[in-house]
Amino acid sequence: MNTSSPKRWALVSWAVSLCSVLPVFALLLQSFAPDTALFEHLWATVLTDYIITTIALVLLVLLFSTLFALPSAWLIAMCEFRWRKQFQWLLMLPLAMPAYVVAFIYTDLFDFSGPVQRFMRAVFQANTPVGDYWFFEIRNVYGAALMLALVLYPYLYLIARTAFLEQGAHLFQVSRTLGKSPWQSFRLISLPLCRPAIVVGLIFIGAEALGDFATVHYFAVNTLTTAVYDSWLGHGSLSAAAKISILMLIGVMGLLGIERWQRGRQRFYQKTSGQLSRFQLNTRQSVAAVVWCGILLMAGFLVPAIILVDYAIQYFSVAWQSQLWLVVVQSIWLALIAAVITTFFAIIFIYTARLSTKPSSAIPVRMSTMSYVLPSTVLAIAVLIPMTLFEVQINNWVEHLGYQAPGLFLSGTVFALIIAFVVRFQAVANGTIESSFLNISPSLDMAAKSLGKTDLQVLFSIHIPLISKGIFTAILLVFIECMKELPAALLLRPFNFDTLATYVYQFVSDEQLEQAAVAAILIVLAGLYPVIRLTKTGKINNE
Amino acid sequence: MTNRLISMIFLLLITSVSNSDTQEVNIYSYRQPFLIDPITEKFTEITGIKVNIIYAKSGIAEKLQREGKYSPADLVLTSDFNRLLEITEKGLTQAVNSEQLNQNIPAQYRDDKSHWYALTTRARVIYASKDRIDNTKQLTYESLASDEFKGKICVRSGKHPYNISLVAAMIAHHGEAETKEWLLKVKDNLARKPQGNDRGQVKAIKEGVCDISLGNSYYFGKMLMDEAQKPWADAVNIIFPNQQDRGAHINISGVAMTQYAPNRDNALALMNFLSSEKAQSLYASLNMEYPVNSKVAPSKMVQSWGEFKADDLPLTTVVNYQFDAYKLLDEVKFDL
Repeated sequence: MNTSSPKRWALVSWAVSLCSVLPVFALLLQSFAPDTALFEHLWATVLTDYIITTIALVLLVLLFSTLFALPSAWLIAMCEFRWRKQFQWLLMLPLAMPAYVVAFIYTDLFDFSGPVQRFMRAVFQANTPVGDYWFFEIRNVYGAALMLALVLYPYLYLIARTAFLEQGAHLFQVSRTLGKSPWQSFRLISLPLCRPAIVVGLIFIGAEALGDFATVHYFAVNTLTTAVYDSWLGHGSLSAAAKISILMLIGVMGLLGIERWQRGRQRFYQKTSGQLSRFQLNTRQSVAAVVWCGILLMAGFLVPAIILVDYAIQYFSVAWQSQLWLVVVQSIWLALIAAVITTFFAIIFIYTARLSTKPSSAIPVRMSTMSYVLPSTVLAIAVLIPMTLFEVQINNWVEHLGYQAPGLFLSGTVFALIIAFVVRFQAVANGTIESSFLNISPSLDMAAKSLGKTDLQVLFSIHIPLISKGIFTAILLVFIECMKELPAALLLRPFNFDTLATYVYQFVSDEQLEQAAVAAILIVLAGLYPVIRLTKTGKINNE
Repeated sequence: MTNRLISMIFLLLITSVSNSDTQEVNIYSYRQPFLIDPITEKFTEITGIKVNIIYAKSGIAEKLQREGKYSPADLVLTSDFNRLLEITEKGLTQAVNSEQLNQNIPAQYRDDKSHWYALTTRARVIYASKDRIDNTKQLTYESLASDEFKGKICVRSGKHPYNISLVAAMIAHHGEAETKEWLLKVKDNLARKPQGNDRGQVKAIKEGVCDISLGNSYYFGKMLMDEAQKPWADAVNIIFPNQQDRGAHINISGVAMTQYAPNRDNALALMNFLSSEKAQSLYASLNMEYPVNSKVAPSKMVQSWGEFKADDLPLTTVVNYQFDAYKLLDEVKFDL
């Protein structure tokens, strides 16, 4: 029985994973349709610019996020300073802010016609308009990258902080006693040890940046997603759009492959190291640490939050609608259901990969991760293709049997939304669960098995308790993402059904965020509890 | 907990799956709900027919296509002509025979094969700074390319459907080569990279970033009605271009019935209602658009902008040039 068990796990894994990759296959099929003329046109005109901008955007977002996240994670994990405990969770708050809301607020704030520049003109009495004084241009690739990094860095911060905590201080201290400077020790010991974790964080962030359309569009930055939307909506060629999306996907998969290959077969199984003694920062260092964390918190959360509250108060009569309560309840349930399913699948995938030494056993995980890179609206269409195909077949069949056709029982209901969320955010859950599993030494599995436990029993009695925090983290992360998710929700929701995000969007799309300020605040509030819990679950016993 | 979870899922489903007992009509809409809710609410009040709406910014045509004959949608509402024609040309609509529609909507605003119907029209106007631009009578789309406006023009993305339609009309009138020249010069005259929406350009004029912008006519009314935006609108004049020659470019919002509309009668009732005097005057007073029904006058505010001559080039001709418009915009890298 034990010999066939991994096969059964593999079977389930493959089945679920194949289902979740169907949309990507559908796009792939779509992309085979010929449209050379359009491609040649794009290539001859704007595509090179788009590619350069895209690469610049993704690199800048990664750079800014690393710059924001790693120092803060290091400070919080390894050093002791005033308000450290508070900053530990405060620094996670930007994750609760939808990027399109932050983008709106900041472009409005720093535009030539925004309050900041108006104030400057009033102070310096610059009457002659443009060009009289220097002010940074917010609507360019730097502005867009900065904005995306501000809301995305918490991913890396969360993962890196946990990784720093888990590696403990002893290795670092050994390095220090051997005469290396703090910076050398950080570079030679701490950083390489959490490289897998950092890479996971950067992958999330990179994929988000690559697939983003709403935010970059706001900043008048044209990336490959612009090309995707133009070919689809402008030139009416879904196949060209599919082609570009698939190329983006291949590019990312290639980079991932290189990273994995380069990291090789290094594995670190960490035992939680006893008492972690933090470095006590001196006064000057403490002030610097507080200022650094404070600036991040201000820029990523406080400023947008305050502006939202201000809008909400000014426009309360239009911004508050009693039906919002229903929308809140709907959004939360939907996000929660999707988060639980996604995490459940992730456990199956990762455990299957763990059970077997064959490289092929990891394919289901990798496969189900792919759709994360696709622009969300394209993914929504991609989800619709196999789903409606299936429904139409069932309907035809039922009608053929002489009964009344059931109609669109998937795509016409909230199932479509749940499925789209699960497909889109599987990568988030996979990454979190995978890194939790990695910390459990395989010797535990072997010990349990030698005592005659089945694979399922091992999973429930050994792994699930050990990764319970990881499970919780995965659920919370996916939950937050689902609450903010927009393009798929917009297209796939049933009649008269709003999530908070779609509710906000109908106003944001008309650049009237003020009127949806209350709903936007509700999205943030719904995300706050999970975000704060996230930091708590990341704690280990020495806190 | 499990039970509550399950019952909640069912509750979610019940709220979403349509109930076949009640009289209803289902709409896929490219127009924002807050623009049409007041009108559909009136319809429900009068007829008792419930109106269900999904609003999406893109992908409705694909969705309809994929759903095929099981699609629950009865009507599609669009905010521009391109997308109205797109669903018609993809064969996703059906012809509607209604004496009332034909009476309410003039022939140039409906399909000869009765697939699509315009509900409102709007002009693509020029907004010009009150302080800095005189001689507004001479303003034409062509004049935006002249040297005197160097660094003085603001515009939203050239790829927005409203601008695509204008560029397509330029191609229809002047041919591709001349339009490309024009686009290059306009791009050269821009005060900043294309960005934001039509209102944002007026705000930029108020702040002195530029002196001239393109925008849809109804935004002027919308801004005047909004306390925070009124100062922007007060800083500009609304100019209907090309009044000495062919007239201002106009676009439409419209409606079409889907090929497999399950609630055909109700859908027809709603279409008739949307073209009726009651609904048309709501469109006029709430959205500041021009009603297509000639028995309904534009709102007082819209009338105060004066009458204007509209380009009578049929939109069906304009739409033939939309792909060329896209190509030209890419070639001159208008948005970059």
